[in-house]
Amino acid sequence: MTIFIPTPLRVYTAGKDTLEVNAATIAGALDELTLAYPDLRKHLFTSEGKVRAFVNIYLNDEDVRYLPEKEATQVSPGDTLSIIPSIAGGRQPR
Amino acid sequence: MSELRLSRAVYDAMRAHGEETYPYECCGALLGRSTPDGWWIEASVRAGNTRTDSAHNRYQISPGELVKIERESRRQGLSIAGFYHSHPDHPAQWSRTDLAEAHWLGCSYVITAVANGKAAATNSFRLAGDTEENKRFESEPIAVKDSASK
Repeated sequence: MTIFIPTPLRVYTAGKDTLEVNAATIAGALDELTLAYPDLRKHLFTSEGKVRAFVNIYLNDEDVRYLPEKEATQVSPGDTLSIIPSIAGGRQPR
Repeated sequence: MSELRLSRAVYDAMRAHGEETYPYECCGALLGRSTPDGWWIEASVRAGNTRTDSAHNRYQISPGELVKIERESRRQGLSIAGFYHSHPDHPAQWSRTDLAEAHWLGCSYVITAVANGKAAATNSFRLAGDTEENKRFESEPIAVKDSASK
């Protein structure tokens, strides 16, 4: 499958914006990605190994959070995985 | 110091968007190419503000829309270089909310103040640092070019 790397994380993938991995599940694809590029791990996962709250992962057009099997969802070679950090803000103080 | 370079058309489009959505915040993405001197913005893409509960002082782009914007930018050979939003009746300075919710390290966040419906100052801030823990906004000059020459 193809993984799309967002702009801020390309510094950890030697500038590559697209990577191909062979994996059976979304979790497997993310494992393969972070095995090849270990510096990505802390940007994608918390110290407990969960995907960081502000990191959105989409399998094709579906938010992985809302897939019944989430990261355990099976993938096929033609699928794409998009990693998209969230965008929000505003003038209101927290 | 890096600078954000963009065409007059992109600059005007961002500011016009802020005027159109006043008194609510507008938001969108900036597409461009990275150069040794900073980003060269070639296009802006309007996005919907999903914070309809508090759109006068908050903005959020849905991740699903971002995925589509990212896909389209890739098709054009461009990258998401940053984002813009407006501050209705508030200065063009980043807020604590802006910093806390900014996660695109190395990208530019452009803010336009819109006072009484008219675009006022537009400022850009580069999200510097390399982790969530040390990220910070650094002011960067905006260079508006009349043509898209590199």
